[in-house]
Amino acid sequence: MEILITILSGVLVTAATYLILSKDLLRVILGSAILSHAVHLLLMVMGGLKKGTVPLLGEKPNTYTDAIPQALILTAIVISFAVTAVFLVMAYRMYQETGVSRHALLRGNKNE
Amino acid sequence: MNNVIVFPMVLPLLTGIILVFFRKHIQLQRWMSIGVMAFVAGISLYILNLIQTKGILRLDFGGWEPPFGILFVADSFSALLVLTASIVTAICLLYAFFSIDRAREEMFFYPFVLLMVAGVNGSFLTGDIFNLFVCFEVMLLASYILISLGGTKIQLKESVIYVAVNVLSSWFFLVAVAYLYGTVGTLNMAHLSQRIAESGQTPILTVISILFLIVFGLKAGLLLYFWLPGSYSAPPTAVAALFGALLTKVGIYSMFRMFSLIFYHEPQVTHTLIGIMAGLTLIGGSLGAVAYRDIRLIVSYNVIIGAGFILVGLAVSTPAAIEGSIFYLVHDMISKALLFLLAGTMIALTGHAKMERMSGLIRNYPVLGWLFFIVMLSLAGIPPLSGFLGKVLVSQGAIESGSYILLAISLISSLFVLYSLLRIFKQCFWGETTISEDEEVPLGKGMLIPAVLLAAASIGLGLGSELLAGYVRDAAVTLTNPNVYIEGVLVQDE
Repeated sequence: MEILITILSGVLVTAATYLILSKDLLRVILGSAILSHAVHLLLMVMGGLKKGTVPLLGEKPNTYTDAIPQALILTAIVISFAVTAVFLVMAYRMYQETGVSRHALLRGNKNE
Repeated sequence: MNNVIVFPMVLPLLTGIILVFFRKHIQLQRWMSIGVMAFVAGISLYILNLIQTKGILRLDFGGWEPPFGILFVADSFSALLVLTASIVTAICLLYAFFSIDRAREEMFFYPFVLLMVAGVNGSFLTGDIFNLFVCFEVMLLASYILISLGGTKIQLKESVIYVAVNVLSSWFFLVAVAYLYGTVGTLNMAHLSQRIAESGQTPILTVISILFLIVFGLKAGLLLYFWLPGSYSAPPTAVAALFGALLTKVGIYSMFRMFSLIFYHEPQVTHTLIGIMAGLTLIGGSLGAVAYRDIRLIVSYNVIIGAGFILVGLAVSTPAAIEGSIFYLVHDMISKALLFLLAGTMIALTGHAKMERMSGLIRNYPVLGWLFFIVMLSLAGIPPLSGFLGKVLVSQGAIESGSYILLAISLISSLFVLYSLLRIFKQCFWGETTISEDEEVPLGKGMLIPAVLLAAASIGLGLGSELLAGYVRDAAVTLTNPNVYIEGVLVQDE
């Protein structure tokens, strides 16, 4: 199971890298969102996907799944959500201000 | 009680939150923000002295014993950096009073500066690697806002690049944390160091350490500095000075922690790599510093040279070199802030950023000119000033360990620093005066006082380095002997 999820997160990283290297700013932001999905999956895999119940003490089973990676992912999700929101607004402002959404067009001194 | 070590992070955080509610009360915002930073500077001086008598301080949040809970650890190194950061922030805020326009001030400028400093101080003090990530994000999110606040075209363009690069480096940070947790199974720095020492640094751990090197290289401008010159020349002067003084230094601090506390078993791989990267950074930064004619870009490339120089000390890693790096780090925070403030003032007075558009400023603004002269000598490492001792100690360490190439590159880079700044000084301050008496823009006291304070700090640091030497030596002892840190954290004292 770990191998499958690792491959999946690898595919996500590939797609994200491709998107981030493209010319359009919106694609870059999408790429960064996919990148964060990949790393959240990776964090989960690294904690181990051994069978066990949800980490709730009321369940009273023999084993629980590791609770730390879940806490880490929860934190990372909130952070990446905030950063993506800021990034999107920034892209929107840049589009309003300059009229282009392709950051590659903003090279040179003309816009300084 | 050790509770005092939480204040450098919590006080700016709380004040920042409170000030959000007083948006239109600019005077209140100004005095509260500068007051709290001065207070934090006082507290961190107290912490620094407390460490000298009581050893490494530790604060377990919620009473959870070290490997299980998050904790703050204050050793001399982090306390010294917190102290310097607080002083520099207070002075930059003073500069911001007189230079930031009202629209920006009303748009939560002061709260965001305080939140950024909270992230910086938190990163210096934390003893947990995921908490370090969170503090980095606190600092970065505030810096995203500060770099784009005002929304001019150039700011928006540079902030988009800045955010994209930092999202990527934060991603690498998370990947590295995931791998590290998967391999070692802990997140506490001291416990990590202990477990790695027990099992030996296996190849996979060396790979993870290189991943951390990429992360902090992106943050600190070590070789991966392509984003830095543009981003640091876009925001207003006070913000650029804060960035130049604080943000890259947090990356450098983390690199010191990582490679002296946790990944110190394979120096022939990791430290050699840091050495190569530092050497290339110095070369690239030197070339950039002499290539451009835009003052802001020259100053930004000097930040890169500074980062490269400090990490030469880490690459060499003898006690003398580490001590030199710490001296140089403290000096660099102060004099880079001063350099940014002076460059920003020059641009504000003349309205141009290009060197050839200004000339003979020394006649109109003599104090400004001599301040620039002082910071130039200080950065080049001329003896009575603050940059000298750090450079001597790093060079001594490099000679002891036989890394002559690094020694040569770092000393030649000092010449490039001197040349690039001397070029600004000669072109802009000497020559024929182009501004006539009645066209002269008055240089307010408010813009001059912060620069004078920083210059005084730089001279004081150079003349009074004996006062600081005890703290720096203690910091270097902790950095070169990981066991001191581990015992300070993991041995239960209650």
